[in-house]
Amino acid sequence: MRALLLVLAVLLSWAASAGELRGTGDLGVVVERATGSLLVVETTGRTALGRVEGLGDLSHASVVFGRDGRHAYVFGRDGALSKVDLLEQRLTRRVVQAGNAIGGAISDDGRLIAVSNYEPGGVRLFDAGTLQQVGDVPARWADDGRLSKTVGLVDIPGRGFAWSLYDAGEIWVGRFDDPARPALRRYPNVGRLPYDGNITADGRFYLAGLFGEDGVALVDLWDPDAGPRRILDGYGRGEEPLPVFKMPHLGGWAAAGDELFLPAVGRHELLVVDRRRWAEVARIPVAGQPVFAVARPDGRQVWVNFAHPTNGVVQVIDVPSRAVIATLEPGRAVLHMEFTPRGEQLWLSARDDDAVIVLDPWSLARIATIPAHKPSGIFLAARANRIGQ
Amino acid sequence: MARTAALAIALVLGPALAAAAEPPAARQAELLHLLEQDCGSCHGLTRKGGLGPPLLPADLDGKDVAIIALVILEGVHGTPMPPWKSELSDEDAVWLAARLKQGDVP
Ligand code: HEC
Repeated sequence: MRALLLVLAVLLSWAASAGELRGTGDLGVVVERATGSLLVVETTGRTALGRVEGLGDLSHASVVFGRDGRHAYVFGRDGALSKVDLLEQRLTRRVVQAGNAIGGAISDDGRLIAVSNYEPGGVRLFDAGTLQQVGDVPARWADDGRLSKTVGLVDIPGRGFAWSLYDAGEIWVGRFDDPARPALRRYPNVGRLPYDGNITADGRFYLAGLFGEDGVALVDLWDPDAGPRRILDGYGRGEEPLPVFKMPHLGGWAAAGDELFLPAVGRHELLVVDRRRWAEVARIPVAGQPVFAVARPDGRQVWVNFAHPTNGVVQVIDVPSRAVIATLEPGRAVLHMEFTPRGEQLWLSARDDDAVIVLDPWSLARIATIPAHKPSGIFLAARANRIGQ
Repeated sequence: MARTAALAIALVLGPALAAAAEPPAARQAELLHLLEQDCGSCHGLTRKGGLGPPLLPADLDGKDVAIIALVILEGVHGTPMPPWKSELSDEDAVWLAARLKQGDVP
């Protein structure tokens, strides 16, 4: 009898945990950079589900998701590549693959993880299942064997990746049907100090922002022989640039309809670019050096955050009128913003308030506050299904 | 060329910078926060390097506090290293440079 009860109890508790079957469509992670942990969050009840620790130095960490939307791959500054199971909220694998890394991407088929490294400069490839290294592309930029830091690594359609060489001023595009023997295409002399890159949502155009000059380098992946083009050339028009206390991210550019909104470097402006002609069509004066510009998924609004000393401010731009319609101070040191896939919530991290704040982008009201340790990047699992994310 | 110019300026400004007083305790706390979080976004939270070079004592060996302070105040033109003089006073910069050189930062 007692044995029976015990069996029953075990069965019941097992059933209880199995009863928590759930999808990952409303899950996400928040990087807690000071403690080297990830907070697993859900956007339906707007709560934290748990914390995954032991991820190392997460300053400037970024995350991509496996195609099942269940596994997050975390790229740490200390060169670590970690794989986290969102459902079990646990670290399943971790490799330290380089001395100093900046970000990564996952191939369209979900099988390859590419990591962009500062030290040693280059891109390394890993099996997404085992995290075993399967390829290495050193960013050799001169005959003397020097390696360039790599930045702006993104996945491109056709089992490929594109990235930029910061020191060398080059864009590289690689196809990795055989990761050990990639088909590489190098575009030299794209401009001085490309600091970040991104791909349009359709996977066609790769853009690299240049720090050493006013302009953006563009490669049309549908027409690889055409080579790199220069757009927005001299957007500063010789004005003395303002100091940039934090590197802007192209990774967060906003695409709204046929327009892209890019943070200008060294100007307190967003550049509005017509992506059919790749020409500047407007500039919007904003409150400081923009860091991220993100579009609400319906394209009606663009939200902008700023570098020190304006990092407590967030501005909302109405896309049709290109006017700043709200200037908010939602928290101290706003580092990152992420919309839910249908745009009814904006999540932002307020580092110095140790909080993630959720706003309703329609009413601008705060709808949730979630405690977090020095939060930085917020990544929702819906990214699993998007090119370049 | 830029290097030489910086050096020349450092020689002139160096003694003035070196004589700067220590910032008050509350300001020191702010500066350490700035160093970790804001400098950290380019040099790494633990100063092991990122887009900017590592700033550990071994990396700054042979560089004068005054020169380091000057780099912090003026930035390095044509690179992402911004001039911090709108945010930091001379004494702030000297104090930060000395902390970096000694490595006695949390
Ligand atoms: C936006 C990125 C960025 C930020 C923020 C930044 N730096 Fe730098 N820093 C750089 C880069 C890039 C270099 C290298 C410049 C060069 O190529 O000479 C550099 C160089 C330096 C150097 C010279 C190092 C050497 O070995 O000569 C010092 C010192 C320094 N930074 C201190 C700081 C401090 C202190 C802060 C914060 C108050 C800071 N930096 C913030 C990017 C940055």
